Amino acid sequence: MNKLFEQELKVVNIGLKLFKETLDKQNVKSVHVDWRPPLFTDDKAMSIIKSNADKIEAANKQALQKILNSKPFIVGMGKALDVIPGMKKNLLLHAGPPVTWDKMCGPMRGAVIGALIYEGIADTPEKAEQVAASGQIEFSPCHEHSAVGPMAGIVSPSMPVFILQNEEYSNKAYCTMNEGLGKVLRYGAFSGDVIERLKWMENILYPSLKRAIEKIGKIDLKNIIAQALQMGDEVHNRNRAATSLLYRTLAPSVIQTTDDKEIAANVLEFINRNDHFFLNLSMGASKISLDAARNIGHSSIVVVMARNGTEFGVQLSGTGDQWFTGPSPVPDALFFTGFTKEDANPDIGDSSITETNGLGGFAIAASPAIVQFVGGTTKDAINYTLKMYEITAAENNIYKIPYLNFRGTPTGIDVIKVVEKNILPFIDTGVAHKNAGIGQIGAGVLSAPSEPFVKAIIGLSERIRKQE
Amino acid sequence: MNIIGIIKKGEYYDSISIMLIAKKVAEYDGVLDSAVVMGTKENKSVLTSSGLMTPDIQPAGEMDLIVALKLKEGIDSKNVLSKIDEIFKATNKSDDGENFTPQSIDSALNVLPDANMAMISVAGRYAGDVAMQSLRRGLHVMLFSDNVPIEKEIELKKFAREKNLFVMGPDCGTAIINGVPLAFANVVNRGNIGIVAASGTGLQEVSCLISNAGCGISQAIGTGGRDVKKEVGGIMFIEGIKALAADPNTDVILLVSKPPATEVVEKIISVVRGIQKPVIGVFLGASPELLRGSNIHQALTLEEAASLSVAYSKKENASAVADVLKKREAEIIKMAKEEVVKLSPAQKYLRALYSGGTFCDEAQLLCQNVLGEVYSNIPFGSSKKLKDSWKSEKHTILDLGDDEFTVGKPHPMIDYSTRNKRILAEAENPETAVILLDIVLGYGSNMNPLAEIIPIIKEVKEITTQQKRYLPIVCSVTGTDKDPQNRTALVTALEAEGMKVMESNAAASRLAVSIINHL
Repeated sequence: MNKLFEQELKVVNIGLKLFKETLDKQNVKSVHVDWRPPLFTDDKAMSIIKSNADKIEAANKQALQKILNSKPFIVGMGKALDVIPGMKKNLLLHAGPPVTWDKMCGPMRGAVIGALIYEGIADTPEKAEQVAASGQIEFSPCHEHSAVGPMAGIVSPSMPVFILQNEEYSNKAYCTMNEGLGKVLRYGAFSGDVIERLKWMENILYPSLKRAIEKIGKIDLKNIIAQALQMGDEVHNRNRAATSLLYRTLAPSVIQTTDDKEIAANVLEFINRNDHFFLNLSMGASKISLDAARNIGHSSIVVVMARNGTEFGVQLSGTGDQWFTGPSPVPDALFFTGFTKEDANPDIGDSSITETNGLGGFAIAASPAIVQFVGGTTKDAINYTLKMYEITAAENNIYKIPYLNFRGTPTGIDVIKVVEKNILPFIDTGVAHKNAGIGQIGAGVLSAPSEPFVKAIIGLSERIRKQE
Repeated sequence: MNIIGIIKKGEYYDSISIMLIAKKVAEYDGVLDSAVVMGTKENKSVLTSSGLMTPDIQPAGEMDLIVALKLKEGIDSKNVLSKIDEIFKATNKSDDGENFTPQSIDSALNVLPDANMAMISVAGRYAGDVAMQSLRRGLHVMLFSDNVPIEKEIELKKFAREKNLFVMGPDCGTAIINGVPLAFANVVNRGNIGIVAASGTGLQEVSCLISNAGCGISQAIGTGGRDVKKEVGGIMFIEGIKALAADPNTDVILLVSKPPATEVVEKIISVVRGIQKPVIGVFLGASPELLRGSNIHQALTLEEAASLSVAYSKKENASAVADVLKKREAEIIKMAKEEVVKLSPAQKYLRALYSGGTFCDEAQLLCQNVLGEVYSNIPFGSSKKLKDSWKSEKHTILDLGDDEFTVGKPHPMIDYSTRNKRILAEAENPETAVILLDIVLGYGSNMNPLAEIIPIIKEVKEITTQQKRYLPIVCSVTGTDKDPQNRTALVTALEAEGMKVMESNAAASRLAVSIINHL
């Protein structure tokens, strides 16, 4: 104790900020902790978690190793029905945790209507709704089929998809091609031009890209993402650099493998004019990395965060296929002219898989160009990323942030840290209109809701208890 | 009357933030009474008894924040509520554009890797866990939070003792480590007197008196009041004494507490027996025989303890202290007599209104066997319990820092409003013969006490002049000239208003008692 009397007093102040201010006035070195009470204090669950801390830590280490070592590549393209495991003619995949037609939000219903028209199952929106409600059509989360989809995330049997392979662990993942901004299916629009574009993507874009990728062989997505982070993307709300890098990779082969110059030009122009073309691939790359870390007993690492526009769902590595859900919140956003928060649908889409993988909102410090989404200053963006280190298990070995002296992005959300520190994952997002058929009305950010994480930690503790 | 209440669901604020919010709310024009509290059962029952309960706030749970207001007739409640929202927003405001604020001890230690002290003021039910985390990372702990379960306190202190770390608290309001005043503490001289105290206000009083006498403090270690009880067994009190005994910069050791449990007293005596340095102990309320046969010099008041420490610190004759105090007693009696002649026959009673709990105890002690029936909300010694804390009876000595006065309001050292109302009530009463107050300065206390107290003193004068009475107001000011409020400036201003300002609470209490005695 007497050692303290010989040292310079340096204080960690936890709680009342007044005491920190007092220390500042006296020029005493101190740091203030913005402390909050834990999200959840059920003694039984927390004591199981605490008494298994060593096993959990070991499991998390293993999970992180798998996430960080994963090597996602594009290896080809195919039709959903032919390549996605479990895909059927009467099955539609959707974003987020499981949801039935009667619980689906407006934009997801809109996307279902659009997909049924696109598939030729219905010829009018009214008919499509009848079919969707009739029980003939099955719905299942993308995540349960090694797939991910942005916003409504609808994948129908005829849709072409990228095939991703994890060169390290040989698992696969699938994602559709991004349609662009404005009135698009993923935001729930289903008008004639939306369906027409989807048809063009199926009949023109897909064969051309498929041939180009076959010629290239495989495309290293990790490499593109790592470079894009150093070029101002966080690969969720900004994909401009990554899309450009992909374009540079694809262009020569598209030209070489497409006989019709006009088609080659249209294909490349479609990618060029859609800054978000890469989004689906950054999601797929994230999905394939996190899937590699599934089913590691005791692990408290989050492997899925996904929203269906009604609920927000979480899955953990240590709890198998179990979903932990709670109501999805409405994002704080910058709205396009003429729209307000009143018009906004609760958060929707599988794109929060990027945050789960240490990208998107977690890497917002890499993306000063979009700081207006997070409060306007680059400092805000940096603080958000710094905060996410509090709830993650590792710093990424490949994805780095220039401004933070190339510190690795915060990677591997640990649900125990989320609950104990009461810090919720920070997510970049687009905002859909709550009514079907209107489309995107803004973009912004939100904190994940607490309920799924609280349920997840209870779920993990129960599973550990049963194993003992 | 216009009473409104709102619930802010699931909003968490630490207790002092709530207090600061409450103070701002109470200051709004048109707000007659207000409370800002978490929706616990106890808080709700207090709201009910103070007439602030409404059906709207009845369903609040303990993680919900309640704002209850009594508004002047004709005040637009919407207006007030929107202003209150602004107060909350200002409190919630994140560090926009500022540097990152760590959210956990671990990330704080990334920022300040060689930190050695954790200052913890989070809500009591979490504070124990936060303190344990801090100890595990090798930090000493000052635990300001109260309502930490005693089992947790014992666990923390046993663990800390193993690791050679301090746990000051829980409910430790003040400490001075390496010359740095922590939490509610005064800026005092550094010197060769080391203090271990299980009483916050007691520590403030002795450290200020020592500093004002030209001596200084090496270290002042707070332990929290419960440390010297049987259950905790004086773990940190003993460790504190040992640390001061081993500290080359400490020549004199001063112990301050209410009477410890018998077994703790024995432990203290036995530890001190092996110490070569002079040790002074003031255990307020203990029998003067308590330390007989030990080598602890027992003092009966905080003032005497400080004076003895000063004498040893300066290597002066300690027996001279008694003479000085005796001489001062004669002066006090003279002062008292001068006051008494100005009083009218109906004026009979002492009304002491304290913000410091230890001062309230000390005053009751000094009345014991001198005045007749003494009443208090926190009876000490032979005092009796007040039936209704809001109504004085005969001689009344109040601790306004006690929970029943502070639920949903800041502590009276910060917010003078409750005490000010009470001062006026006592002044209106023709039986009041003398009002006794304490004013505590230093970090954490009200930064501008004059603005709070002077208008009330003037009002008292108006009331008594109108009623053709004279009412003496006696007070002590605990603080130093280095405190941000500056003691001398304050004393000068108070004396200019005719208040009798004494150098210590013991002296102020003696003067007040002496006035009554010479009626």
